[in-house]
Amino acid sequence: MSTYADRLRGNIRVFNEFVAGPGLWVLITLLFTYAALFETQLFVIGLIVGSVLALGSIGLTLIYGVMRFGNFAHGDLMMMGAYVTFFLLNGTILGQRRDANIGVGLNDLPAGTERLGDLTFGYSFLIGVALSAVVLAIVCLGLDRLVYRPLRQRGSSIVTFAIASLGIAFSVRALLLIIWGPDPRTYVSGIHKAQHYPFDVVLKTDQVFIMVVAVVMTALVYLLLFRTKLGKAMRAYSDNPDLALVSGINTDRVIFWTWVIGGSLMAIAGSLLALQANLKPELGFQLLLPLFAGAILGGLGKPQGALIGALVVGVAQEVSVAYISAGYKPAVSFMILILILLIRPRGLFGDAN
Amino acid sequence: MRAERMITPIVLFVVAFLVTAIPFERSGGNFAGTASFLTTFLTTVGIYAIFTLALNIQWGYTGVFNFGVAAFFLVGAYTAAIVTKDPASGEFVQYVGGFGEFLSPDFLDAGEWLPFIVGVGAAGMASGILALLLSVPTLRLREDYLAIATIGVAELMRRIVIEEKSLVGGTNAMVGIPGPLDGYFDPGDWKYAFLVMVIVFLGLLLFAVERGIRSPWGRVLRALKEDETVTAASGKDVFAFRMQGFVLGAIIMGMGGAVFGYGRGSVGPETFDHFFATFLFWAMLIVGGSGNNWGAIVGAFVVWGVWTISLQLNGYDLPGVLQVRIFFIRDLLIGMTIVLFLLLRPQGLVPEQRRVSSWLDRRVRTPSDARPPPEAGAAGGE
Repeated sequence: MSTYADRLRGNIRVFNEFVAGPGLWVLITLLFTYAALFETQLFVIGLIVGSVLALGSIGLTLIYGVMRFGNFAHGDLMMMGAYVTFFLLNGTILGQRRDANIGVGLNDLPAGTERLGDLTFGYSFLIGVALSAVVLAIVCLGLDRLVYRPLRQRGSSIVTFAIASLGIAFSVRALLLIIWGPDPRTYVSGIHKAQHYPFDVVLKTDQVFIMVVAVVMTALVYLLLFRTKLGKAMRAYSDNPDLALVSGINTDRVIFWTWVIGGSLMAIAGSLLALQANLKPELGFQLLLPLFAGAILGGLGKPQGALIGALVVGVAQEVSVAYISAGYKPAVSFMILILILLIRPRGLFGDAN
Repeated sequence: MRAERMITPIVLFVVAFLVTAIPFERSGGNFAGTASFLTTFLTTVGIYAIFTLALNIQWGYTGVFNFGVAAFFLVGAYTAAIVTKDPASGEFVQYVGGFGEFLSPDFLDAGEWLPFIVGVGAAGMASGILALLLSVPTLRLREDYLAIATIGVAELMRRIVIEEKSLVGGTNAMVGIPGPLDGYFDPGDWKYAFLVMVIVFLGLLLFAVERGIRSPWGRVLRALKEDETVTAASGKDVFAFRMQGFVLGAIIMGMGGAVFGYGRGSVGPETFDHFFATFLFWAMLIVGGSGNNWGAIVGAFVVWGVWTISLQLNGYDLPGVLQVRIFFIRDLLIGMTIVLFLLLRPQGLVPEQRRVSSWLDRRVRTPSDARPPPEAGAAGGE
């Protein structure tokens, strides 16, 4: 009996190595070609959603690579970033009966809300997102100092980290509800006209902006990881912590910068997301599934993989709307996740192990 | 050390006192009202203890990592509902199944008990099959893969319930689920009988799980949690044992879902959100102490006690700032409790016992103080 099981396992290994890897690439190419040709509009929207997800997935995968745990608070912290931007813009919080306003906000800056071109927001939004990125980086560092570092020092198992991050996820959500309440929020109100592009694609200018920012941020992360000494250290640590330690890489520094990068990306991704959809505290936990699906599809710990994985998840989710009920969007990321776990758990770029 | 041991009784006493005293005070010293309130409270604790017990088998004993209790809860509750209810009638109420009439033959008042027993069994089976399917792609991998996959399956199940309107009624809750033996009691008194039934059911489960955990099979599970490699090296099929632990836990969760449905009389998709139907059970398990069945029950009591107290507090004339936020504050407290327990008291209120087998217990009388320090078997599974 065991020989049969062994043979089966051997076959599975061969399948993973030589069939599933290339097979996945073929599947992705087919999906993208089909979507681009026949569902162009949804394909473009999918790329936009995917590029925002990618910012989250990259952060998730970096944290996983360096600290070896799945950060289940990632989605909720993204929402926190979005809410911090919201607060910085107009200083609004939930009051006793209705909203209370502290009276100051970035929107009060001279001509702060004057629309930039066809966009719905002014430069105050850009400053808001930048400040929110700083706040979230500090929040992440604080969480690391208070929660994750003590657990690390105690040599806790990854499971303890995961449960702690789940606890943080729900605490953050509760905090958002306490401060801003359960009602949906938007950065700007008013109608936003869509523009026509070639191939019958209709997009709002904000959506183009979202994509551009996401691409720029991804490029920055790429440069940081692959063109700086710090990035080299982070990748080395992620590949092999012991070897990195022996080579004199400063663990604390690597962890510090991982949180800074991950936290800033959370705030930017959350704010961009809130630009085109309503801001709701519940959104955070729902984001978790596509974020993880993207990161696992790309191979956990591999930023370039997370980028591609998140784009695939975004496109698949949006294009699915043409065929099944929109309520099944989360189910699409779940299906991708299960498929990957079944045929190639290490994802597109993951190392054989 | 002495002060350390007093924590658990003190916490238990405070929660028990507040849960009794607040409704007593609110109802103006009405004993019957307080008793009725406490019955509902204890029934809920009993039902949630079933889930916590099941989660304890999966995580506390086997080390399998289920973040999607909601999925098994949902499947169990809905399966029991469609087994027990009569077939759907009318244009606006749609669901499959409805075997209640079929399961009520004219003998020994079968309608009062047979559908419920079948319902609990079917709920456990449906939930177990779901776990079996899920374990194939995930259980060989690292723990966090299973965690995210279970979150996914919980979301998927909830979506299916909402989207497939003719399956189990969509967003309209399935209402009018009968309760076991409710034909024998006044509608107002039935809940006392139901409390007894829940306690008996929980007792049976507890007994069975305790026996199982102390058997050679249970020893393998616990060894697995401590060190997978060593267990594999001693010739145990790691995957098979993890699967058994996971599926057994899921079966019990499904049964718990069935009992929940009978007690509540209705199930709707809003019950099964991640906070209420997954995270709360984790909070109960971590607070009580994972790896200990009594801890699971104590945790259910304490966490649900805190939950209930926060509901009761809302009856008082609180400042408006607090009034609109009391539930969110409660959620924040429960979330932070998990993190604080992991950091400060990973063994929970009732630490895991380092007992090996019932046979050894009888042979070697170990003084209870000779336990290793609590960190060794703590909630985190270090």
